[in-house]
Amino acid sequence: MKKIILSICACVALFTACNDEEFLTREPQDILLEDQVWESEDLVLSVLADLYNRIPDYQQLESWWNYTNFDEAFASNAGDYWRHQNQDYGYGDWGMWDYGFIRDLNLFIESAEAADQLDPNVRDRFIAEAKFIRAMSYFEHVKRMGGVPLILESLEYDYSGDPTYLQYPRAKEHEIYDFVIEEMEAIKGDLPDGGTVSRATMGAALALEARAALYAASIAKYGQNTPNVSLPGEEVGIPASMADGYYTTALDAAEELMGMGTYQLYNNDPDPAENFTNIFLNKSANNEVIFAKDYLVQARTHYFTIETIPRSLREENTVGGKLNPSLNLVQSFELLDNTFAPLPTTDENGDPIYYDEPEDIFAGRDPRLAGTVILPGTTFRGSEVDIWAGWRTADGGLITSDQLGGRGELPNGESAQLVGFDGPIPNLEWSAQNGFYIRKFVDTQVGSGQRGTRSSVWWIRFRYAEVLLNAAEAAFELGDNAKAAEYMNQVRRRAGMPVDLAPSEITFDRIIHERRVELSFENHILWDYKRWRIAHQVWNGEAVPLTNDPSESQAISTRVFGLNPYKVYAPGTANHEKWVFEEFLPTPVFNPHRFRLGNYYSRIGDDVLNGNPKIVRNPNH
Amino acid sequence: MKKNIKYLAGLCLMALGMSSCEYDNYDEPKLLFDGNIVYEGEPIGVSYNDVYFQLWEEGWQTFGNIGVAIDQDGSFSSLLFAGDYKLIIPADQGPFMNLTNSESGSDTIPLNLTGSMNMDIEVLPYYMIRNVDISGNSSEVTANFSLEQIITDANARGVNEVVLYLSKTAFVDGRTSISSARLGGGDIADMSSIQLSTEVPNMTPTQGYVFARVGLRIDGVEDMLFSNIERIDF
Repeated sequence: MKKIILSICACVALFTACNDEEFLTREPQDILLEDQVWESEDLVLSVLADLYNRIPDYQQLESWWNYTNFDEAFASNAGDYWRHQNQDYGYGDWGMWDYGFIRDLNLFIESAEAADQLDPNVRDRFIAEAKFIRAMSYFEHVKRMGGVPLILESLEYDYSGDPTYLQYPRAKEHEIYDFVIEEMEAIKGDLPDGGTVSRATMGAALALEARAALYAASIAKYGQNTPNVSLPGEEVGIPASMADGYYTTALDAAEELMGMGTYQLYNNDPDPAENFTNIFLNKSANNEVIFAKDYLVQARTHYFTIETIPRSLREENTVGGKLNPSLNLVQSFELLDNTFAPLPTTDENGDPIYYDEPEDIFAGRDPRLAGTVILPGTTFRGSEVDIWAGWRTADGGLITSDQLGGRGELPNGESAQLVGFDGPIPNLEWSAQNGFYIRKFVDTQVGSGQRGTRSSVWWIRFRYAEVLLNAAEAAFELGDNAKAAEYMNQVRRRAGMPVDLAPSEITFDRIIHERRVELSFENHILWDYKRWRIAHQVWNGEAVPLTNDPSESQAISTRVFGLNPYKVYAPGTANHEKWVFEEFLPTPVFNPHRFRLGNYYSRIGDDVLNGNPKIVRNPNH
Repeated sequence: MKKNIKYLAGLCLMALGMSSCEYDNYDEPKLLFDGNIVYEGEPIGVSYNDVYFQLWEEGWQTFGNIGVAIDQDGSFSSLLFAGDYKLIIPADQGPFMNLTNSESGSDTIPLNLTGSMNMDIEVLPYYMIRNVDISGNSSEVTANFSLEQIITDANARGVNEVVLYLSKTAFVDGRTSISSARLGGGDIADMSSIQLSTEVPNMTPTQGYVFARVGLRIDGVEDMLFSNIERIDF
């Protein structure tokens, strides 16, 4: 009986439940529908936030290892030594073919254009922002791949079995640059003038336009030096005749940005080295930053400080000291009188020069050096950084230890510290293996070196100093040296260089140098060397010694060098406990790296080529 | 006992895993295709792992190619399946230009592979390095050689530089050189008599020989042309 009742109940429940038409048309409780999103500004903004977050970068705070691929830094991490041991860069390295992202952007723009529930002004700003991100994405593509298919609408497959209508050929390289430039011109009016750095602004649009135009201009001009790096359909390569036009565009966009008056060089600290470091650390009262990926404490943070902080100052028993700026970079910072010189380690007779303090060898250099690199003998976060490689005896012998801060006996029987607490010790990872630590971007806030808090230093994609240097380069290429000197000197004055450069002193080499020291570790070196077509000369695969002439900006530089500071052991003489220095090649560095012509434009994957026969390969692959 | 059963079952699975390969794999390729890249029968020296040609075989679902690298002495070899291939040297590969193939009317070389095959591929180099004489001792190595310009028509290209490389092993080019001497194209007074000499540096561990050869970089061509590798004992 009980069973029968139960069965009846079950049947009733079953039939009545399904009867309800509304059951099938209920709104879901756990996801937002497309049109629900487009009714609310807040929700649209959160979609847009995801798109901002997906803007690609190559070198960036969250991938410190990519800073060590060229000659700017040594990777003091055993798992990354291969970066100094590989000979060739892969043809696919830094390649990109992200049409998933572009499709999402196109869908966003189409939905925004159709959204009628939003305030028109707000909607226009959203559309302009998405177009800015789309232009950034195409700019990233063209930098890496050359011309790519320019797709500005969401494509749908009709399941007819014939996908040919979805197969777009590659645009010409300059057409992608044109698109970025024209798009920025079109939308800049819809964007606010300042007020934010993590969302697109008029300044960001103009900065992107200036940079893109400058890239196109230099490819047009210097691409003539590498005739092999081109395709007959101009998917790769820009005609030389277009160079001046692009340089003019770049200069105009940069000057328009300057004219806005919204941005200025950061100049809050009296000490120029400190000031330079703080550009990247200070988020308040910093009008230099135009567009950045911001990290906020406790919400979104990164491990850069944990991974790169000097070993003796680390806040946890984890890693540290992984990123060691190279001697190649360090010696390219010029002297305060605008001349270049290698670090003086020996005198004209080849005898070592004795210094009273380890930092003395760096005296009189561009303050940006100390703002970028933690040098031996200096302090960080108010504590001394202890970088020295051991004791050097009078006969050239070396007394050292294989442990950081290791102690032992000196020849006179005295017990003493034999090596710095921060290295360098050959092959000891996570310390200053080549004698330097990075300072740029490393957070000075206590706690940022802990896993629980991490660092919230922002990643600056566009800043005012770069705009000035872009303008200087464009003006120089257009033959206006006076203007070029004026813009470059603004950056140099802020950096703490006391003597201005005269217009006649502005050369191509000067421009390369200025960008190298001002913008090191800011994701420029690869793209700059590519567009100037000097990458295959500078990284030519030959194992040459460190250049003695740092002013020669195109000197071969294929291996990362280091500098060992030694304490002198010569009791009873005037030199006792003074310092001598020695250039060396860190032991894990044993192969020079080679940039082949095929690296100028990355390889397009076989899956892409197979899927679309209209795509032509890049040259030299 | 239970453990044993698990153990046995594991063994059976492993045995199955290893033996099952027989069912779904092709035989390995067995036909040897080898030869040299030559100009009038003379092999053309290049740097290792830099110059290659492509073999394309139609009829596969995804279309890709087999890359065959050319060795330092201009030789190549590859193990292949029987079939119809198209051999293409990409235009930017090697210090030479491709010749038009009489059969295909382009630079594509049709290749019908039914058995092992030895074939020399004739190409047109911009230059040839002639009369190479490399000699030396433990302190210095000297090379005397001449250059013959092969392509003199509109496709002719200038000499960018000539370089003498010394290496510790039989792989000799810029990547491995321990010492080199170079002469820019504009500084060559007489192409029929060029001399380069370079010091032999200290080697760790010490060895009583070095390998040497001269290379020629041609304007606008990435791959260098090389002479034969000479071993110099001292």
